[in-house]
Amino acid sequence: MITLEKRPQPSQFWSLFTPVLAVIITMIVGGLLFGALGKNPFEAIRTIFYDPLFGDFASYSRPQLLVKGGPLILIAIGLSLGFRAGIWNIGAEGQYIVGAICGAGAGLAFYPIESIFIFPIMVICGAIGGMLWALIPALLKVKFGTNEILVSLMLVYVAEQLLASMALGLLKNPEGFGFPGSRNLNDYPSASSWINEGFGLHWGIAAAFIAVIFAHVLLSRHIMGFNIKLTGEAPKAARFGGVNPTRLVIFCMCASGALAGLAGLFEVSGPSGQISIDFNVGYGFTAIIVAFLGRLHPIGILLAGLLMALTYIGGELAQLTLGLPSAAIQVFQGMLLFFLLALDLLTNFRIKFAVKGAA
Amino acid sequence: MKFTKLLASAAVALGLASAAAADTTKVGFIYVGPVGDGGWTYEHDQGRLAVEEAFGDKVETFYQENVPEGADAERAITQMALQGADLIFTTSFGYMDPTINVAKKFPNVKFEHATGYKTADNVSVYSARFYEGRAVQGHIAGKMTKTNTVGYIASFPIPEVIRGINSAYIHAKRVNPDVEFKIIWVYTWFDPAKEADAAKALIEQGADVVLQHTDSTAPQAAAQEAGNVITFGQASDMGEYGPMPRVSSIIDNWAPYYVARTQAVMDGTWSTVNTWDGIDTGMVEIGEISDVVPADVKAEALAMVKALGDGSYHAFTGPINKQDGSAWLAEGETADDGTLAGMSFYVEGIVGDIPN
Repeated sequence: MITLEKRPQPSQFWSLFTPVLAVIITMIVGGLLFGALGKNPFEAIRTIFYDPLFGDFASYSRPQLLVKGGPLILIAIGLSLGFRAGIWNIGAEGQYIVGAICGAGAGLAFYPIESIFIFPIMVICGAIGGMLWALIPALLKVKFGTNEILVSLMLVYVAEQLLASMALGLLKNPEGFGFPGSRNLNDYPSASSWINEGFGLHWGIAAAFIAVIFAHVLLSRHIMGFNIKLTGEAPKAARFGGVNPTRLVIFCMCASGALAGLAGLFEVSGPSGQISIDFNVGYGFTAIIVAFLGRLHPIGILLAGLLMALTYIGGELAQLTLGLPSAAIQVFQGMLLFFLLALDLLTNFRIKFAVKGAA
Repeated sequence: MKFTKLLASAAVALGLASAAAADTTKVGFIYVGPVGDGGWTYEHDQGRLAVEEAFGDKVETFYQENVPEGADAERAITQMALQGADLIFTTSFGYMDPTINVAKKFPNVKFEHATGYKTADNVSVYSARFYEGRAVQGHIAGKMTKTNTVGYIASFPIPEVIRGINSAYIHAKRVNPDVEFKIIWVYTWFDPAKEADAAKALIEQGADVVLQHTDSTAPQAAAQEAGNVITFGQASDMGEYGPMPRVSSIIDNWAPYYVARTQAVMDGTWSTVNTWDGIDTGMVEIGEISDVVPADVKAEALAMVKALGDGSYHAFTGPINKQDGSAWLAEGETADDGTLAGMSFYVEGIVGDIPN
């Protein structure tokens, strides 16, 4: 008979090892799935995990990993701060959109003036935009006790409507023949976030790495990081210890909103180039998976973001070269989270193979 | 820039490689929805299969489905070019800028962008005059509606969609002065759940005809459930919903165009074109009109199809005023392609504003 026994302390070993195990199991089950679809499972797995890194056209796809992973990491780092303290910002997608609108709007307001000050202004506006959008659920929570999960999620849909309105109205390209969408910021050198397109480097990637370092320092050295961790692990102790829950909620929501807003700004001024109706493609939601896949740890998130990007790029390659349906790739990505959550059991519980009758 | 050089050299290397590889022409397709959507993407994929059938071993096709319009599209197109495609069809409006950007980096690859307006030395654009089909739909809708309310599920407020609304409205109004259009904007090309919600909302508001400019069959299913509501197949025949609710359809037939363009690449005669074909060349087809439609209405509709096809009738023939009452087309005047291509206004009589 198999029984579960709660561990007195979450296992350190399993906490680190479950993501790796989840990836391996996903490969095996995913391989079976691809096999059932009539594709060579080994070739499919190789195409997804190996080809983007070392395949024939890796010189193109490697930088793309950064382009795809950058915003995921940036957003996930912000989310992880709140998640650690039990503050659930689910609406990063909305903050990402508003950050992009504010940043791009600030840049376009100066068009066509060229100046080195424009991009920094856009960055600040993008961060503030995302922060303010996240401040709404934060304030509602601390003033009226509303649920930040629901409010932040609902604000995503509000943000999407705002985005559509901007693409069709205020920010619409006056030279776009009436078609929706803003001017392309890639054609406006002062407002472009690209550092070097060939290496997939734009300021968003740099910001993601900086955010990882800052988050690491914050969590391991700073009193705020200590308060965050304490609140998450022992809310009562935190309160006795003098942690101000209101301040913590505001800080965590604003930090995650600002980082999501930055991600949106860097995306709109780089890879995407313009505010359009369907500018957002779900980074804000995928980042939630990335945050958990990375165990809410900055370094873990860095790796998880790159891994997630790999499944995206590799998945696209598998579609192209093997003709795998895109739904199969989505199932594959979903499995990753599923197995991770399932295996989390091992972190908190011990599996015991009890001898019959002894229990 | 380094990147351009890198890609160009990769492209050259590929060009050499593919020249050595027994002259197979590789044709790629970027789809906005899944190939099984039963509408827009399904018809493009039928075109792809027609290319395979026409050229057999001499051609190799591949595709990527569900590609979001935006940054991801640029990567998808680039990957396709890197994989050695000679000709790439990007089949949604939102792929316009990405297509142009990638085309700059791969001067030896030919690109064809559907429904856009930006061309380049190696980028052609093509679209179909769906508004001709809308005229026929409008006529049938105006005749058939008993509640005088026609529902319209609109995707994005771009000229192509606005043109369709105007064309359908003009022809419904002509046969039924009391007709009213209710328009819902769903901001998506393909989202069965949203499309079904929109259809239900329209039916609840009294619409007994539902027109759609979205790609799934969800509105058809919603109409079927409601009972006495009629619909039209969009992009594809959607014949499985006939004879009720689907009474006719606009079918996009891309196959001849795709075959011809592939042939041009093989022959080395490919050049940049701006194609906008309608019922005349068969790019727009009107699906069979079912028996639910009274015989006289059916005959009128077929006569209109014929007139649109042989050019004796234009779907936008004056007198037509703009929504604000200002004159647009005088008696007997027909709209020019430039105005149609950038159409951003409603015609007189339509209630509501184009969202902005």
